[in-house]
Amino acid sequence: MDIEPVRMLTGPGVLRVVWLPGSDQLQGTCHCGAAHVADGPVEVWDWLLAHPVGHGPGRRPDEEEPPTPGRSSPSPVPAFA
Amino acid sequence: MTTIPRDQWYVAAYGREIGHDLFSRTVCGESILFWRTEAGEVTAMSDRCVHRRFPLSQAPSRLVGDAVVCGYHGFTYGADGACVAVPGQTRVPRTARLRSYPVVEQDSFVWVWIGDPARADATRIPRAPWLDSPDYATVSGMEPLAARFGLLVDNLMDLSHETYLHGGYIGTPEVAGTPITTEVDDAAGIVYVSRHMDDAECPPFYANSTGLTGRIARWQDIEYAPPCLYKLHSRIAPVGSLPNPDGTDPDAFHVEVVYAITPETENRTHDFWAVARDFALDDTSVSDFIAEQNRTVVLQDVAALDVLEQVIATEPAGYQELSINIDTGGLAARRMLTAMLQEPATAAAR
Ligand code: FES
Ligand SMILES: [Fe+2]
Ligand SMILES: [Zn+2]
Repeated sequence: MDIEPVRMLTGPGVLRVVWLPGSDQLQGTCHCGAAHVADGPVEVWDWLLAHPVGHGPGRRPDEEEPPTPGRSSPSPVPAFA
Repeated sequence: MTTIPRDQWYVAAYGREIGHDLFSRTVCGESILFWRTEAGEVTAMSDRCVHRRFPLSQAPSRLVGDAVVCGYHGFTYGADGACVAVPGQTRVPRTARLRSYPVVEQDSFVWVWIGDPARADATRIPRAPWLDSPDYATVSGMEPLAARFGLLVDNLMDLSHETYLHGGYIGTPEVAGTPITTEVDDAAGIVYVSRHMDDAECPPFYANSTGLTGRIARWQDIEYAPPCLYKLHSRIAPVGSLPNPDGTDPDAFHVEVVYAITPETENRTHDFWAVARDFALDDTSVSDFIAEQNRTVVLQDVAALDVLEQVIATEPAGYQELSINIDTGGLAARRMLTAMLQEPATAAAR
């Protein structure tokens, strides 16, 4: 499903919430690509703000991971709800 | 506890409001005196005389050249706020100086820095270039709001209220019925909310100003730079028309709706509004129509928020609000404002 109407902000640390078409659900996506589907805005922001602990604003998911010893890659993970 | 972030830029006035006269406005609880020097620069300083705190904006206080003379006992201050003369003695006390404020005139607004002057960075003032661009025609105004500024932020971040509060003006069923996408960039200090209605009723506000009738594509893209500047990029076009890949958009009408949300005190707000359009630039009937309509819409919000302020001010503590999907952007804005309160230094350094 295409849930990318338009990407407006282009900074490296953008958090994004898309209202999934045809549903009442919100999908939050971290700047690292990790995503979470929630039933409301309080839950989606709670998840997004808790998630970035351990990785500050950095790369967009399409950018190369620079070598960071001792830390696992914040590569995109599937949504879990 | 305060809800007003300090170490921030706020719009204090339109440039046109300030001439070579004493002008006073309260911003974030501080009474500030403005005037334009003979060279045309806007200057901002405390509106309280250091002697016995008589308001310098109050007659018979007066401007003499580029100095203000207090109307009570004659303390006289220069454009930088330093006292240059006191009555009856030649020695001016060293500490006789009005607090002066960093001030920048830009995009038709007069911005003032509230907080530690050492932290003021004019390059961080958000821009609204349409408001004094020759490619746009702009109407604007300011309404006093007897409500805390956060209520106006909530109001503007969720435009679904247009359907209910502004029906017959800018509201149509599609506004409340169309999902939004929300983005937050903490580093840039922006909350963005996008609602693209691809097949919507044309409300009177746009039908009468653009001449489009029937169904339209109506895009609302909100860009809020907390705490003060709110921009609504509004695109009105025939159904099916899209901007070209190069960014040109010849079939669409573009309206930039700008609000400056400036706390006057904890429970009062200056509600600056401006509407810039890229069509019918020389048609004063369109300007008059948009000005009258937008002011009406703003006053509908003011009436609702004034009531809401009284409700909040008199209710028992602990009321639990309920938020739904339409509140996604408003909650993001609240969070950013709360972070500014907790870490003014960090917010200013960003
Ligand atoms: S209060 Fe201004 S000179 Fe006395
Ligand atoms: Fe409104
Ligand atoms: Zn992440």
